[in-house]
Amino acid sequence: MASITFREVEGSSLKYWLLFGVLGLFVLFGALAWSTMHHHGHVITGMDNQIVWGLPHVFAVFLIVAASGALNVASIASVFNKPMYKPLAPLSAILSIALMLGGLLVLVLDLGRSDRLIVAMTHFNFKSMFTWNVFLYSGFFALVGVYLWTMLDRNVKSYSKAAGTAAFIWRLVLTTGTGSLFGFLVARELYGTAMLAPMFIIMSFAYGLAIYLMVLAAAYAWTGRPLGDAVMLRLKSLLVVFVAAVLYFVVVYHMTNLYFTKMHTVEAFILRDGGIFTQLFWIGQILIGGVIPLVILLSALGRQRAWIMIACALVIVGGMAQMYVTIIGAQAYPLDMFPGLVESSSFYDGEIHGYAPSMPELFLGLGGVAIALLVTTFAVKVLRLLPASLDDATVAKLEH
Amino acid sequence: MTKRLLALGAVVLTTVALAWAGAESQPKAGGAPKPVIQKAVKGEQCVEPTDYMRRNHMVLLNQHRDRTVIEGVRTKKYSLKECINCHASEKTGSVAAAKEDFCVSCHSYAAVKIDCFDCHSTKPQGSMAMHPLNAETAHYKHKLAAQSARPVSAEEMARVANE
Amino acid sequence: MSELKPMIESRSASPQLESPQRRRFVGAAAAAAGIAIAPGMLLIEVAHGRPEDQPASSAVRWGMLVDSTKCATGCNECVTACSTENGWTPVAESKHPRQAPQWIRKLELQDPLTQMETSLPMMCQHCAEPPCVDVCPTGASFKRADGIVLVNRHTCIGCRYCMMACPYKARSLVHEPLNDTQKPDVPRGIGCVESCTFCVQKVDRGDGNTACAEACTAAGHNALLFGDMNDPESEISKRLRELPTKQVRADLNLNLGVRYHGI
Repeated sequence: MASITFREVEGSSLKYWLLFGVLGLFVLFGALAWSTMHHHGHVITGMDNQIVWGLPHVFAVFLIVAASGALNVASIASVFNKPMYKPLAPLSAILSIALMLGGLLVLVLDLGRSDRLIVAMTHFNFKSMFTWNVFLYSGFFALVGVYLWTMLDRNVKSYSKAAGTAAFIWRLVLTTGTGSLFGFLVARELYGTAMLAPMFIIMSFAYGLAIYLMVLAAAYAWTGRPLGDAVMLRLKSLLVVFVAAVLYFVVVYHMTNLYFTKMHTVEAFILRDGGIFTQLFWIGQILIGGVIPLVILLSALGRQRAWIMIACALVIVGGMAQMYVTIIGAQAYPLDMFPGLVESSSFYDGEIHGYAPSMPELFLGLGGVAIALLVTTFAVKVLRLLPASLDDATVAKLEH
Repeated sequence: MTKRLLALGAVVLTTVALAWAGAESQPKAGGAPKPVIQKAVKGEQCVEPTDYMRRNHMVLLNQHRDRTVIEGVRTKKYSLKECINCHASEKTGSVAAAKEDFCVSCHSYAAVKIDCFDCHSTKPQGSMAMHPLNAETAHYKHKLAAQSARPVSAEEMARVANE
Repeated sequence: MSELKPMIESRSASPQLESPQRRRFVGAAAAAAGIAIAPGMLLIEVAHGRPEDQPASSAVRWGMLVDSTKCATGCNECVTACSTENGWTPVAESKHPRQAPQWIRKLELQDPLTQMETSLPMMCQHCAEPPCVDVCPTGASFKRADGIVLVNRHTCIGCRYCMMACPYKARSLVHEPLNDTQKPDVPRGIGCVESCTFCVQKVDRGDGNTACAEACTAAGHNALLFGDMNDPESEISKRLRELPTKQVRADLNLNLGVRYHGI
């Protein structure tokens, strides 16, 4: 097998520092958003006692789900022994760590008492899916960190497969845990199903790969390193499978619900009468996030780099729409405490709950995205994560 | 790699040095205003010797709060409410409303953030309970009003609170 | 009612059982204190006093019977009494009604087919198997030995997972600083989640009743009855034996501390 040269990105150009600065600015905005929210309380957000988890959670859960998906490329290389993916693995690992960091920061900075994070690290209730996730997330950092080390340090290279396998299994459990945050809730109609765990896993594959592809292409384009079509087309085909699988799960999920009479009204809300949620579902999640990318990637357009990028961006936008519908849509539909009866109260029982995200929430979420990208941008400068060349000839040699 | 580690080390050292310099440039302890320790309004002696309380009040409070919140033990010794009952300032009626008030005065001197009063009232129960419109006795007033054949006057309400 | 059985058994088996004489004595003392204020009011039932140095006991299970046939549409006495007792701002006075905490609220129900209308108060149901306690990452959400579900604000981090998990929408987040407007007996604060406590401060004081139930009685409706569901001789146990009651969302089998008649 031919060896691959990994080299740091020089990172001294104006463009690099410009990117660095813009991302840093968004991190700063995020920090400001947090301090404003922390100072005034959640009263300045669009969240209330009806919609208790809002836009920050959409960003946070999306980033966490995408983080575990971004590790996919590395897993394929070491767990499934595909030599072509080996040079792609280090970026995959660092991206997953960065996305996880961004997502977690948004999650913990949105806490009502974010100053008490230490309490969450010292008091545990092991029946809570949240507690499990605290351990799953910490373990993820540790395992992927070790995995990255085995990829970068020749002395421990022999442990790479073991570390990669451990990280792979861990990330499957982790996304199961993330899906189960919602799956283990009895109160709300749209949650409380084991479907959510595997659905989140397959979504993580799709979102993580879409982000990975965009970061990879951007890194190679901006550093002027050659990136051949062989890599892009291989990853593109993988994305097709993942996006199609997401659609399959969404269809099964809603078809099952539609079969049960008690779910008819809530399904009608999401699929037909839900206003913004219905639009986000059909236009955002299904059309932009699923159907259009599939059409692009499966047609002749899918052989062009620019169109692959557009498809990836659409998958990401669709993924955000999906999270919005999953997290906020489910809360917007009122709790059905007395099935068959019309409810009303001063606490907005029996009403569809509206939600208008505020600026601090948006910037907190964007801050998380910016942190993830900033960490990646910095890491490729200080660590040898990117192969000097990924042109078709270099990649072809790996296969033999 | 070594070079990079060196650079990292330099950054860390610079930060530490700057932080140190920053701390040094602060006014010396002698320059900071000394805490005003007001004598407790009620009582002669605290539940433990003063020296002990100065160092360990938070331990006692933390232990007591867990027993109260989780188990429902409502003994008065070491209860925050009782601290407030004795130590609320005569001027503000509170332990944490003004800079000289008992809790705040020391805590700002020691630069230790108090988390208690985000949730706990800083005022004793008594002073409010004497108020005729106090919520504390609202349900008794409810009864009074409900049982009375004629409208209940404000004085009668106040009497309920005082009894 | 089969789920009540194990509790009664565990009660008789419990070594911590307080002596009935002692309970009656303290209760009588509490009642005597009440006589001066409102003659006749507290003589009807003996309050459950507990010495202040004793922890809440699992021999007791506090519960409430809501008779919705007696609950008057438009009457808000229980809600007002709760807000006064516990110091939360009534929603009508709040600048941010959608974010204002509501520990108890009046729920109006209507059957779209029969037009039958029902009015009832909705609050924390004090489940024996509370979903909020299950999901709380730090254990801040907990059930006290006597069945009262509470939030320990010292460990609540404001994640709102309990609000996602509660099937009764019983919980609220405090969205803004309270600026020292809290009652000394009822600590509550920004960034923490809160809900009905069955007036735990009153219960521990030996009042043996909640502000809402007192207000409902005072208003002459008698729709709310609070008491020890584990004590077969208590007023609430006797009424629960006779009156058909239901639990809200009984399908979840959470064994609720609040039982409704007439729904």
